Amino acid sequence: MIPEIGHFALILALSLAVCQGIMPLIGAHKNDEALMSVARPAAVGQFVFVIISFACLAWSFQQNDFSVLYVANHSQLALPAIYKFAAVWGAHEGSLLLWILLMAGWTVAVARYSAELPRDMTARVVGVLGLLSCGFLLFTLLTSNPFERLIPAPADGADLNPLLQDPGLAIHPPILYAGYVGFSVAFAFAIAAMLTGKLDQAWARWTRPWTTWAWLFLTVGIALGSWWAYYELGWGGWWFWDPVENASFMPWLAGTALIHSLAVTEKRGLFKSWTLLLAISAFSLSLLGTFLVRSGVLVSVHAFATDPERGLFILAFLGIVIGGALSLYAWRAPKLDSTAGFRPLSRETFLLLNNVLLIIATTIILYGTLAPLLYDVFEWGKISIGPPWFEFAFALPMVPLILLIGVGMHTAWRSQAFAALYEQLKLPGIIAIVAGIAVPTVFYGRSGLLLSIGAIAGFWIMAVSLIHPIRSWRRAPGTPAMTRSVMGMSVAHFGVGMFTLGITIVSSFTVETDQSVRVGETVEVAGYQFKLTNLQNVQGPNYQALEGEIEIRRNGEFISELRPQKRTYLVQQSPMTEAGIDAGWNRDLFVALGDPLGNDAWSVRLQYKPLIRFIWLGALIMAFGGLIAASDRRYRLTATATEKTPELSGEPA
Amino acid sequence: MKPRQQRMLAVGLAAAGLAIATVLSLKAFQENLMFFIEISEVANGNAPQDRNFRVGGLVVEGSVRREPGELEVEFTLTDLENELPVFYNGILPDLFREGQGIIAHGRLDNGRFIADEVLAKHDENYMPPEVAESLAKHAAAQEAALEAETDQQ
Repeated sequence: MIPEIGHFALILALSLAVCQGIMPLIGAHKNDEALMSVARPAAVGQFVFVIISFACLAWSFQQNDFSVLYVANHSQLALPAIYKFAAVWGAHEGSLLLWILLMAGWTVAVARYSAELPRDMTARVVGVLGLLSCGFLLFTLLTSNPFERLIPAPADGADLNPLLQDPGLAIHPPILYAGYVGFSVAFAFAIAAMLTGKLDQAWARWTRPWTTWAWLFLTVGIALGSWWAYYELGWGGWWFWDPVENASFMPWLAGTALIHSLAVTEKRGLFKSWTLLLAISAFSLSLLGTFLVRSGVLVSVHAFATDPERGLFILAFLGIVIGGALSLYAWRAPKLDSTAGFRPLSRETFLLLNNVLLIIATTIILYGTLAPLLYDVFEWGKISIGPPWFEFAFALPMVPLILLIGVGMHTAWRSQAFAALYEQLKLPGIIAIVAGIAVPTVFYGRSGLLLSIGAIAGFWIMAVSLIHPIRSWRRAPGTPAMTRSVMGMSVAHFGVGMFTLGITIVSSFTVETDQSVRVGETVEVAGYQFKLTNLQNVQGPNYQALEGEIEIRRNGEFISELRPQKRTYLVQQSPMTEAGIDAGWNRDLFVALGDPLGNDAWSVRLQYKPLIRFIWLGALIMAFGGLIAASDRRYRLTATATEKTPELSGEPA
Repeated sequence: MKPRQQRMLAVGLAAAGLAIATVLSLKAFQENLMFFIEISEVANGNAPQDRNFRVGGLVVEGSVRREPGELEVEFTLTDLENELPVFYNGILPDLFREGQGIIAHGRLDNGRFIADEVLAKHDENYMPPEVAESLAKHAAAQEAALEAETDQQ
């Protein structure tokens, strides 16, 4: 009964999404108040029914209703309750339901917080979001119904994929999807602007906080995924350039370009058509990512749904959304051009460079992700592209970008005098060069060209990101403090610096070794002594494990005891490696058990990873910067659609 | 700057940046791409001698050998027509076992494949598609049996 209610609620949600998608758009076109006012109630109604549907699926999981095929395939009696809840989005059908839920949630938020928007703008934005919801609801109902019955019901389920039975992965998809779906709001704003034919600075001011929110969710989502891969999947790797990772990274890069381009559109009324194109790209890349993952066209550890029918549906949907948006763009965007100018040395130029470099990076990753597919289609052979290529090609646009960030963020809008800029950046530049060369040499005992460039770039951005906060802190009494926008920018860029430094140090100084170890033996890695003191069997709720006890000492002094496990999940009989990690701000010690090698020896992987925490911490700080910027006062003030005089000089991006 | 100049500057910068990035990255691309070579092709001498490539097949039952207590391991891969001995020094993936379809990255050395990475997918029934295809091609006789296996996916 409950699953049928869920299924029925989903169908009702679709009917409301159709109303939400069609009536407000017609209303806005005809300037019909009654039709436009359908937008909000329809969006709220859709959200309510999607919540009911989602709750029904969650309830079926909690009740162990194995007569529901999806539950039978992805749960089990002994599965802990928290993972029964996370299992709702543990596979294809449920993750679509999650996507729809989040999309409906974003729509309601837009409808709720759009009081100051012109009515026709709200109607168009909500309408476009309704049409997108229709696509996903149809996709779910026609090809991927999570409520499909399995009669007769099995006595027990097939269990959730053990890889997903982990707190990191339980929260990773909702946050990542919130980011993906969030870009649909920017997309809807872009479509609405093109439909009205009006794109002013007020439009950019409405769009910016939504885009920043989507971006910060995506940032946290990607960081969580990377962290999870590190301790659960990767034997200590944190990024694999796997197609699924790339699928989330491309919209992130396009979204990063978008939030910077929006800054120019808001402050100076420039880059309008470019901003629109980026808004379309960011969401299109989110959809493309879904297509790549869900259709299973690319081989990857994450691709758990492989079904050509689904692939064709998403491909058609992708074609309609991207094709439609780009046609509208080709037709309308030329009318939106602006006339203001700027000097070569100005904030605008640097933001333009930022956009160009980010788009180059996106294109490179897109090419690397799709190349195996192209080679296959044209029968040039079956290829795979190793991470070394991605690392090299991605660094090409990224190194100049990172060095330019520091200059760009201290350059004034319109025009900047060189001498003043040079004065301001001289000290941070010297600090960065000294620290970038000294820190690797002194603390890690080695230096090198690429290593120095990376470290200098990291210190450089961190140093210049402190200029605004320091100046604000030491300002004369009575003068205004820096705005949330400037603080957000400074914090986010500081995060970029930590991230850069973390990557540089971890990729240069990681020590990694596979060893054959017997109980009682000691192995030395990077000055730490790892001693295997014991091996024993332990019993988990739905798995058995062999647990190793590894005592770590440094020069005799006790550091930590780690208990890595080799688990066998009982239902799927699949083995899993649970690494033991001693995390510290400046280094991780990582231990994973391999296989029995005979003679009582076990293979063990031991790693020393300096500054690896800076990678995720940097990403979280970036997201936190976004949060600060999105909370800026001016987004909460009632904005009017009238063009305001652009604010000048020293204003934040 | 005038809007037209801005656009020209933007286009010029984008073009120059793209050109440099394209040349460098395509060059690196050629060096880094790894072809999947079927085991029978390797046996016929059609594998590249001086660069890395990927092979995939079933781990032959009873072929996994190692000196007790040592990390180095040897095993044989088959596409059901030809076989290829593989040497690997490292920790095998969780799902590596005899009879399982796996993929290895590495290069050829005197008829032996020296793997620097061995991959097995994290799903009991999952067969890497390249491997499945290669097996199907080289074992027409066993195709029916194989289909039964791929059907379970």
